[in-house]
Amino acid sequence: MENDETSMGEFESTLKKHATELVASLEKGRFGDAVQLIHELNQARDRGLYQEIGKLTRELHSAIVNFQIDPNMPQAEEVSQITDATERLSYVVRLTENAANRTMDLVEQSTPLMNGLSADAKALSADWGRFMRREVGADEFRELARNVEGFLTRTEKDSHEVATHLNDILLAQDFQDLTGQVIKRVTQLVTEVESNLLKLVLMASHVDRFAGISHDEESIRAEKDPEKHIKQGEGPQINADKREDVVSGQDDVDDLLSSLGF
Amino acid sequence: MKILIVDDFSTMRRIIKNLLRDLGFTNTSEADDGLTALPMLESGSFDFLVTDWNMPGMTGIDLLRKVRADERLKHLPVLMVTAEAKRDQIIEAAQAGVNGYVVKPFTAQALKEKIEKIFERVNS
Repeated sequence: MENDETSMGEFESTLKKHATELVASLEKGRFGDAVQLIHELNQARDRGLYQEIGKLTRELHSAIVNFQIDPNMPQAEEVSQITDATERLSYVVRLTENAANRTMDLVEQSTPLMNGLSADAKALSADWGRFMRREVGADEFRELARNVEGFLTRTEKDSHEVATHLNDILLAQDFQDLTGQVIKRVTQLVTEVESNLLKLVLMASHVDRFAGISHDEESIRAEKDPEKHIKQGEGPQINADKREDVVSGQDDVDDLLSSLGF
Repeated sequence: MKILIVDDFSTMRRIIKNLLRDLGFTNTSEADDGLTALPMLESGSFDFLVTDWNMPGMTGIDLLRKVRADERLKHLPVLMVTAEAKRDQIIEAAQAGVNGYVVKPFTAQALKEKIEKIFERVNS
């Protein structure tokens, strides 16, 4: 970046020096000299501009190399790291979705077993109470004994099944390790891309200065206007506790709504 | 009691469906965004709508506005279950006529409370 500063500085000092000389020669009526000075100024500006564009081109090239896209390949877009990152993130979505569904399947299979055992235990408990109060006859006792035996067998079998499901639920969380690794790599790529883009933007701004190009700041700001995007939604808030305009939980929502008369 | 659950993630629809079943509501249908939900609402005699905000096609807030603008649907109770947590958005939903607002991630208890509160108000 130091080189850019010196080339810019050179151009500016030439500009200053020639400007005074230009005024002096005009005042003295030496128009030939004046035209010569303007020509030299133009040359200095063009030289700077070419230099900057040259640097920008080199920077662009190295940025492309950094993104590992071969511009000569017809399928360049498909092999870029960004595409790779997109695929990686889709993989994360797929893996987490599978894990969530697997977990819910197992919970849905376990719940009826637990509910069944609970209902059976409740019924047996009532019968057992009557037995303890000596309200049960011999025939009824034989049936109660059979029920208790059946219950014990069922309990053993069903709780074994639930334990297996719980273990499978535990295993379904193994996506965390894989998705964590993938997300870390994508985060790294995004950081690299950002710093490369930033370099390009800085380079381009040097070209702007030489060429005297100015941008419509207002339209750029309008493009970023958060109001424009409110309807589409923002998704989950990552730093809710650090932002004033965001609620930090259900209690906050309830307070806000009740303050609105809900 | 017929309930429509609208969310673009099938996982979230399934969670809400399970929680509703725990609360005794077994007659549920699902849609993945406002565009598919609206015709279902128009033809399906639903008693309650649970919707996300951020969805492709038609967002939940637009769906809410369409429901409120429809002569036959405008009294349908609507619960928003969403990750959108900006104060402006909650106010916007309230002004659009939402009956309850639950922010994700939520607990079974929070969902239960809001649903019971809505039915309390509707039945009174």
